[in-house]
Amino acid sequence: MKNVVALTQREFTTYIYSPIAYLTAFAFLVLTGILFTQNTLLPGEESSVRPLFFAMGSLFVFCVPILTMRLLSEEYASGTIETLMTAPVTDWEVILSKFLGVFLFYTGLVVLTVIHLLIIAIFGQIDVGVTLVAYLGLLLLGAFYASVGLFASACTRYQLLASVIGVGLLAILTFVTDFLSLQFPGARAVLGKVNVRGQFDVFCRGIFDTTSLIYFLSLTVFFLFLATKVLESKRWR
Amino acid sequence: MIEVRDLTKFYGQRCAVDHVSFSVEEGEIVGFLGPNGAGKTTTLRILTCYMPATSGAASVAGHDVFTESLAVRQAIGYLPENVPMYTDMRVREYLNFRGKLRGLEKSARDAGIKRVAEQCWLGDFIERPIQQLSKGMRQRVGLADALLHDPKVLILDEPTVGLDPAQIRETRTLIKDLARRHTVILSSHILPEVEATCQRTIIIAGGKIVASGTPEQLKDRIRGGSRLIAEIHGPTSDVAGGVEKVNGVKHVAHTSNNGWVRLTIDTDKNADPREDIVKMSVQKGWRLREIRLEVGSLEEFFVQITAQQQMRDADRRRGTARPQEGAQA
Ligand SMILES: Nc1ncnc2c1ncn2[C@@H]1O[C@H](COP(=O)(O)OP(=O)(O)OP(=O)(O)O)[C@@H](O)[C@H]1O
Ligand SMILES: [Mg+2]
Repeated sequence: MKNVVALTQREFTTYIYSPIAYLTAFAFLVLTGILFTQNTLLPGEESSVRPLFFAMGSLFVFCVPILTMRLLSEEYASGTIETLMTAPVTDWEVILSKFLGVFLFYTGLVVLTVIHLLIIAIFGQIDVGVTLVAYLGLLLLGAFYASVGLFASACTRYQLLASVIGVGLLAILTFVTDFLSLQFPGARAVLGKVNVRGQFDVFCRGIFDTTSLIYFLSLTVFFLFLATKVLESKRWR
Repeated sequence: MIEVRDLTKFYGQRCAVDHVSFSVEEGEIVGFLGPNGAGKTTTLRILTCYMPATSGAASVAGHDVFTESLAVRQAIGYLPENVPMYTDMRVREYLNFRGKLRGLEKSARDAGIKRVAEQCWLGDFIERPIQQLSKGMRQRVGLADALLHDPKVLILDEPTVGLDPAQIRETRTLIKDLARRHTVILSSHILPEVEATCQRTIIIAGGKIVASGTPEQLKDRIRGGSRLIAEIHGPTSDVAGGVEKVNGVKHVAHTSNNGWVRLTIDTDKNADPREDIVKMSVQKGWRLREIRLEVGSLEEFFVQITAQQQMRDADRRRGTARPQEGAQA
């Protein structure tokens, strides 16, 4: 457990000093700002938080893999993986700490979007309960995205490739299944259940559903498990 | 302290370490000597649990490297070949982080950092970002990291590469001092370095151990190829013929100059006919102004091994297998 604390701390500190992390965060906030003013902040529009959260969810498909790409790829490329893996820490501790480090940074980013909510609150009413559930959804979504990004980073020493794999996987899991369920109404029942956006939308509408909670948590754990296996397999070569 | 039995490692089809067995006692300093690509780093990486062996067994400090990997990793301090480290951290911050990973409490970490900062001369740059350090400085930080938790076993992969001559000497002294309380295994390509620091040398080439022992033992073993040089004043053919008949002399080559015959004498293995040659020349009334044993140097031996390995590698590339000659040690 102490190892996890030490490793997480180091991972989080790296983000605090990383220009790429700041650029990503900046781009994210600017884009959500634009989407926000164009969709939600119009006279006569309903002052719902749902479109805003939905847009943020989509942007994270691109932002999270850029945040996570360095997690293991950088260690492979610079060789620091050798000092890390010969220290008395388990593979699982390494994966969990990397995940927690990026998740903490992500949480900070999500907290900053409270600004948008405050603006809505000035011009109209917001439902605090719905907003809180939507934020919970955003955190769960981020955890899942981060685990997929971490898995991608565990696969390769090239950061760019890791981000491409990450975005690719997330795009398949979110957009493609979404698209397919529109194309094939017959399969909509099934696809809607496995579709990330479908599950996320439940939270955006302010509904707290334990099925969706378990959906995100189990997928997150599954990808963290996969990442651990990949890291383990890197020893056997 | 370290036990290695029949260790074998394949990278895909390529055999990097081939049935290597050796052991290192507590408190010993053992040098792992071999040319490029001999399998030194691979062996050390298996010992540090960085990668598993294809077959064979190894244990460090009484723990199996495969089944009790965490215990092994807690017991060792490892300096990897390229000294990788997080360049965005400051030296002190990095050492503090590494101390936490080894489970050191705050007070133990502070004391440890203070100790290694002195041992490895980090004083001038301990507050600087690692990014800004020179290769040699990084090497010292790497060594400091390996020593931080006062491990039983130190595994150092080419510890003096990149250091200036003064630092090399200091580092050797440091390693020798450490050996009183630690067991040290270090790798090197440089023979004098191993001779200067280590009590025992293991020479590895092409993934196989070709010789091992103390520098004296190794020298003894290669004395078979040693020669005598003598200069005797007398009739050339008598001198050469007489010496050739002495017990233990295998072959004599001679040149003469102003009545002085210079003899190069190959001797049988482990034979030393110097006294007999001196006696003979006294009996015959020849004057003798020089006689000495030319011991084959470890350096020569090492170069010979290296050359043989390169030849085998070249053969392998051409696809014609040459039988393993090994060094005739
Ligand atoms: N990661 C790897 N993948 C494939 N082959 C490797 C790998 N690492 C080493 N090898 C091969 O294994 C053999 C032994 O390499 P190793 O690094 O152990 O040699 P070394 O004795 O440390 O050499 P050097 O003195 O140059 O450091 C070499 O033939 C090398 O090409
Ligand atoms: Mg090496």
